[in-house]
Amino acid sequence: MLKNMDEINHRRVVITGMGIWSCLGTSLEEVKESLFNGKSGIVFDPVRKEMGFESGLTALLKKPELKGVVDRAHRVFMPEEAQYAYMATVDALKMAGLDTEYMESHDVGLLYGNDSSADAVVKSVDTMREKKNTRMVGSGAIFQSMNSTVTMNLGCLFKLRGINMTVSAACASGSHAIGLGALLIKWGLQDCIVCGGAQEVNPFSIGSFDGIGAFSKRESDPEKASRPFDIGRDGLVPGGGAATVVIESYESAVKRGAPIIAEVLGYGFSSNGDHISSPNVDGPRKSLLMALEQSGVSKEQIGYINAHATSTSVGDTNEAKAIYAVFGDQMPPVTSTKGQTGHEMWMAGASEVIYSILMMKNRFIAPNLNFERGDEDTCKLNIPAKRIDNYDFDMFLSNSFGFGGTNSTLIIKDVRG
Amino acid sequence: MEKDEMIKKMVAILADEFEVEAEVIQPEANIKETMHLDSLSLVDMVGLVNEEFGVEIKTPDLPTIKTFADLYDYVFTRM
Repeated sequence: MLKNMDEINHRRVVITGMGIWSCLGTSLEEVKESLFNGKSGIVFDPVRKEMGFESGLTALLKKPELKGVVDRAHRVFMPEEAQYAYMATVDALKMAGLDTEYMESHDVGLLYGNDSSADAVVKSVDTMREKKNTRMVGSGAIFQSMNSTVTMNLGCLFKLRGINMTVSAACASGSHAIGLGALLIKWGLQDCIVCGGAQEVNPFSIGSFDGIGAFSKRESDPEKASRPFDIGRDGLVPGGGAATVVIESYESAVKRGAPIIAEVLGYGFSSNGDHISSPNVDGPRKSLLMALEQSGVSKEQIGYINAHATSTSVGDTNEAKAIYAVFGDQMPPVTSTKGQTGHEMWMAGASEVIYSILMMKNRFIAPNLNFERGDEDTCKLNIPAKRIDNYDFDMFLSNSFGFGGTNSTLIIKDVRG
Repeated sequence: MEKDEMIKKMVAILADEFEVEAEVIQPEANIKETMHLDSLSLVDMVGLVNEEFGVEIKTPDLPTIKTFADLYDYVFTRM
């Protein structure tokens, strides 16, 4: 196995555009303010209780209005997660200075994380059962129902001509999409790739997740429910939306005169080869170590860790053990932004890169919301319960782990003009 | 339902669903061209007619329905 990316190719991979549609806001500026102010995007949804949910907690976000923006003929192909991804991608492409003319004449790729489109599946199955007539399902159902719905929609809408693929890796999907995209660019196979992650936010998409008792029951106080690393955590809160990160070779970015925001230094990954829902320590630890090794940086250079921590008992504990095993006493501040957003699942790996970049650019670390007291393992981390101001850091590490034991770790470095 | 009433309702639901002005839906106008339908969105029109009027346009009959007048006649005679 090659030990360092430089052995493969010296090409640098930079981030030139970002866009987001989340419960913390629908623009980078709004999201930055929400992070700074420690705003929670979590609410109680009584509809879920009527549907028999154990927990009615969810993130709340705006629905995009695409009528008049995207033709009806194409809108029918777009489930909600594709709509979120469209909005995030419009902003990211604008920031990167990529227009339709450029994308029609260059092989811009697309790697987006997504791992469900349950709402469309449920609705079409309901129609088939009721009407006994497949033609009543409508022309959009097949395209909305497929797991690759986000990439098939974005590829057509933005005229993308490079690689076009959905990355399905549970709650690490968005992170793996960026990591895999970075590898394709390093290897010289692509110059520019639209990466990201999308997550539907509707009861059907997470009803079965609720059914295994994974969600917080702290319904009386929704904003206190998602509490990563806190000893009183009792489960995650589902959220979602979409986040788009345009990555590009340094040469391509310079040639286009694109803004160079940050650099993707390294990508680590591993598989636990263990239990389907219960994470272990060794898999995440290997992912962290691989990211450091591939980046060619030392742990002392990492100024901030954006943890995967979802506010579940075992998950947070085992991630804390993995981080401690790698960083030991050289522990930078560690937070999980999921205290504010809930768990954005397929989207999380991409959105948390954006959250971390916004904090890095604005020299603060948002509070690990609702962290009051650690347990035996999480207390070994350096977890700020309050916002850290005037904190200058130029490199962070972002963890994303998923069901089935898939792990992804990204290391991102600031690029300052 | 009288035919005039059926046509009025048809024009309203087609204009709303396919986002065209009701005025462009004229009896002799071509359905696909007027509402910018391709083979996929034609399926949506078939479903809409079934849902609203209880008339299923059979697949072999579809090529014979070119204008709105063809559609009105097909639906009205089967209601």
